[in-house]
Amino acid sequence: MKKSLIGALAVSTMLTPVAAMAETEVQFWHAFTGRLGELVKAQVADFNASQSDYTVVESHKGNYSETLNAGIAAFRAGEQPQILMVFEVGTATMMAASGAVRPMHEVMAQSGATFEPDSYIGAVKGYYTTTDGDMLSLPFNASTPVLWVNRDAMTAAGVDPDTDLSTWQNVGATLDALKAGGEECPLVTAWQSWIHLENLSAYHDVPFASQDNGFAGLDTELMLNGEAQVAHLTAMGQWAQDGKFIYTGRRNEGGANFRAGECALFTESSAGYAGISSEAEFEFDVRPLPYWEGVGNAPQNTIIGGASLWVMEGHDDAEYKGAGEFLSYLSSSDVQAAWHQNTGYLPITIEAGDATRAAGFYDENPGTDIAVIQMTAKQPTANSKGLRLGSFDQIRGIIDEELEGIWSGDKTAQEAMDSAKERGDALLRRFEAANR
Amino acid sequence: MEKRVTFRGWWLPLLLIAPQVLISAVFFFYPAGQAIYQSLFIPDPFGLSSRFVGLGNFEFLFGDKFYRAAFGTTALFSILVTLCSMIPALFLAVIADRLIKGSGVYRTMLIWPYAVAPAVAGVLWLFMFNTRVGVVSWYLGNFGYDWNHVLNGGEAMGIVVVASAWGRISYNFLFFFAALQAVPRSVIEAAAIDGARFWRRFWTIVLPLLSPTTFFLLVVNIVYSFFETFGVIHTITAGGPQQSTTILVYKVFADGFVGQDLGSSSAQSVVLLVVVGLLTIIQFKFVEKRVHY
Repeated sequence: MKKSLIGALAVSTMLTPVAAMAETEVQFWHAFTGRLGELVKAQVADFNASQSDYTVVESHKGNYSETLNAGIAAFRAGEQPQILMVFEVGTATMMAASGAVRPMHEVMAQSGATFEPDSYIGAVKGYYTTTDGDMLSLPFNASTPVLWVNRDAMTAAGVDPDTDLSTWQNVGATLDALKAGGEECPLVTAWQSWIHLENLSAYHDVPFASQDNGFAGLDTELMLNGEAQVAHLTAMGQWAQDGKFIYTGRRNEGGANFRAGECALFTESSAGYAGISSEAEFEFDVRPLPYWEGVGNAPQNTIIGGASLWVMEGHDDAEYKGAGEFLSYLSSSDVQAAWHQNTGYLPITIEAGDATRAAGFYDENPGTDIAVIQMTAKQPTANSKGLRLGSFDQIRGIIDEELEGIWSGDKTAQEAMDSAKERGDALLRRFEAANR
Repeated sequence: MEKRVTFRGWWLPLLLIAPQVLISAVFFFYPAGQAIYQSLFIPDPFGLSSRFVGLGNFEFLFGDKFYRAAFGTTALFSILVTLCSMIPALFLAVIADRLIKGSGVYRTMLIWPYAVAPAVAGVLWLFMFNTRVGVVSWYLGNFGYDWNHVLNGGEAMGIVVVASAWGRISYNFLFFFAALQAVPRSVIEAAAIDGARFWRRFWTIVLPLLSPTTFFLLVVNIVYSFFETFGVIHTITAGGPQQSTTILVYKVFADGFVGQDLGSSSAQSVVLLVVVGLLTIIQFKFVEKRVHY
């Protein structure tokens, strides 16, 4: 008995190092749960099964903010993962930490894995690319805002559900008609700063911040109190006062109202598709995000939200090679096409988009390609490439507070945005000081 | 003349207080010292570089009118939470004290809410007051009151106060109940024989005898409302709408863990440390004088 136990121990100690030597472990920390978490697990399992040199170990570390915090705390303790998921507003924080992250283009060059920067969709990769064109992180889940329409609610209020809603002018007239037709919740939104300020600015080709929205330097200042933004928020504020725009909260609380069929129009991420298509018991439509006719160069292109994968410093060559292989696998056309079709997130490569179209997915699920078209119709400009601002999570909080001032009627749009600029700029100066 | 027991040497007393000193040093003085040290720098989040700014973080904070406003918000919030958790607790304890049958069940039921974590309590209250599906907001709607704490600052303050105070009622109840049991029956009976009715007995005998407990709970509840309520605020309002529920400790959390601004967050911790220290001194100097042990 005793002998066999010792024998078993000896065998197990002999076997373990062999297994460890054969497969290099790559840690991958992410923020996905539920259906998305399962899809990530499946991707990782597929990759691990496809080769025998590397084992990717995925772990869920909480929501986006918590995952970033976990990565930062781990780095300070010298326990950082090879791959960390960081949401788009954390981009500037990661970029500025040059000793903590290894840019993706370097990782790919060192690992020798397949990597063609040109195969990625410009508007998607642009958010995570330097002004010199070097990709810093791999876009993982990217979405862009669109307009969701409850056709049944439109009909019930006596409004033609096929009304043209491509401009805010038309939407304004439709909101009047919906209100007159007895609709109690004509318009609701999710992620107000992302949709009604950040994307609004890009879509009209007006700057959100100086220095090419922060891409060209840390000495950037907010420009969200410009004419186009203030005009839009003034209109939205008036709609809020008239009960045509219903404010439900800072995040995507409005999604519950829309999916329950209580609201007619809903501005939300294209990734809302999964939830809406499974829960909505009414006819719905996806439309491009509206723009103001005659303002700026609208429609330019909208910008993305979501997260990208960053490779962290402090590991050995074999692990970087493994990380490079995994990122290359994630970018492959089949994996991307499946991810795009399953989640409603944008494909990150042109090929994956084409494959999805060729497979007839867009014909079977009308409207799912609108986000792709809206993003890629025009070459992105300096104003529509994305945003790269330090402390941006907090600045969004400030913007949320100021927008609430507009919706409640406490402030005019101009007052609120002037104040947001002043407060946001103070944080940008601190970020500049911390990363000089 | 007060009786005092004295040790003959130094070794034994030092040994006896060593564990307490050690725990205080490791878990209180060291972190507090770190906070004070960190507050003089603007570090980058990854700890790669750090820039000495002297009192720059404090200048930045006190130059921010929203930070100054957070003091007022915190004062209002703390007073409301303390009142809302102590008065109902005392009321319930007085009733439980008069119960003859079933007081065990009643007590157990009252203590239960204390087991609910603040963040979970926050979610529960948020659900009841949800503007769309909440039970309470639905009833209020039936009475013609349009509840909307996502835009109305006063209502938002109301809901975070109720959610923070709710669990504390149990805690305070326990202490009040124990103190009430310790009030000598003979004194109350003597007053009753003299013709004092319940409320008169309560105001002139019971309440003064409860004063050590009340004072203890006052200190503990104020400290609670200063430090331990951010879970509730995080889940219900995240400090909004506008800044109407941003209390000091929530700002420490938001600036440090959302904004990654560790310099400012440390400076705010130091400010909070000073504020709570001052409050405790004031309480012991002025309020305690009116307490009869």
